[in-house]
Amino acid sequence: MPDTTKIVSVKDAVAAIRSGDRIMVGSFGNAGYPENLVEAMTASDLKDLTVISNDLGSPGIGLGKFLANGQIKALIGNYYNWNPDVARAYNAGEIDVRLVPQGSFAEAIRAAGVGIAAFFTPTAAGTELGKDKETRDFNGRPHVLEHAIHADVALIKAYKADELGNLVYYKTARNFNPLMAMAATLTIAEVDDIVPVGSLDPECVVTPHLFVNMIIKKGEK
Amino acid sequence: MKEIVPGDIARARIARRIASEFMGRDRTMIINLGVGIPTMVANFIRSDRIFIQAENGMMGVGPKAAEGEADSRLINAGREPVTETPGCSYFDSAASFGMIRGGHVDATVIGAFEVDQTGNIANWIIPNGRQLGVGGAMDLVSGAKQVIVAMRHNGSDGRPKLVKACSLPITGFHEADFVITELGVFRFIEGVLTLQEIAPEIDLTRLTELTEAPFVTAADIKVMDS
Repeated sequence: MPDTTKIVSVKDAVAAIRSGDRIMVGSFGNAGYPENLVEAMTASDLKDLTVISNDLGSPGIGLGKFLANGQIKALIGNYYNWNPDVARAYNAGEIDVRLVPQGSFAEAIRAAGVGIAAFFTPTAAGTELGKDKETRDFNGRPHVLEHAIHADVALIKAYKADELGNLVYYKTARNFNPLMAMAATLTIAEVDDIVPVGSLDPECVVTPHLFVNMIIKKGEK
Repeated sequence: MKEIVPGDIARARIARRIASEFMGRDRTMIINLGVGIPTMVANFIRSDRIFIQAENGMMGVGPKAAEGEADSRLINAGREPVTETPGCSYFDSAASFGMIRGGHVDATVIGAFEVDQTGNIANWIIPNGRQLGVGGAMDLVSGAKQVIVAMRHNGSDGRPKLVKACSLPITGFHEADFVITELGVFRFIEGVLTLQEIAPEIDLTRLTELTEAPFVTAADIKVMDS
């Protein structure tokens, strides 16, 4: 019998998260974010979270709920123009925000997952977002040093999991999810469907099960 | 100030001119389109050799989804529901920006607040405290093989957007290859801003008045399609 102990309730999954944790959440806009996990977290008393995500949804919607609830201490991401509450909270000194260009952000998360401490990239060299970073020339072009971005917990959204935690994704809801799955101490995957071991085509598995610690099925308590 | 070319016509003209630039190259092209006028370029492309890459993880983006057929998990980087084309593929954000940074994307079309005479581009932030975002702008301008700026020639207050030196925070240095506005097609040739086409509505004297950046005029200058 396969070990199916990774399949847990939303309640048990959220109980593994602590106030003050660095939380990665997959999504681009509101595509591909773990709705049930976010909902359960926003109903909890978790606070002082550092949320690491592409954007923060829209005001009060998706990941925007964390901010509306005052659960955020800091954000690391790249695009908050869809949620003007972020700039407002930042200007008011309520939260800290660190912008990392989207490609560097994605690569820094990947790096954390694959054991790379930091990497040089030409993106942002000489700009305001590169100004406090170590700079070195390669092939006559300035590059900045970007450090890997780790998290305590990654909350990811996949389309299907098998009972071991192998994951496949759905269209552009994939985005940062497979990267974040590799980059956290604890990875919790919310999926639309859980299927028996052996029923996913091995050639199509995007996230092998070793990266996944907990699985919850969307729509189940 | 009365506009020389009305807004709707201007935007369509810019988008159509960029589409014809790609179609005229007569080879397979991988392109990335930013939001606004750049997204409109797709409406004018008639070629099965031009593939649109979206940085949120899709290669082979199709037309916008019809009303009632939108899938909220199939979107472009501007969050608009789109459709698939035959042979399309999906990948994660690191692979997507690997394509861009790795020089595998032939061209990116972006909007801009300002472009200066050295090809510096300012398009990511107006420091007024209301915005907090960079997205993929810096990755795209530094990574794509060619950077095509699609923008109105002047701001809504008439202020030139092709300037001597950018006043806003820079997205990328010396990265612009083309600047296409409703009034002209400019290309940086060996670092020199060169006017290649001029709109039928104006003459060179008027265009020079509307452009802060100095430019040279190509020997074989043409009239832009209206």
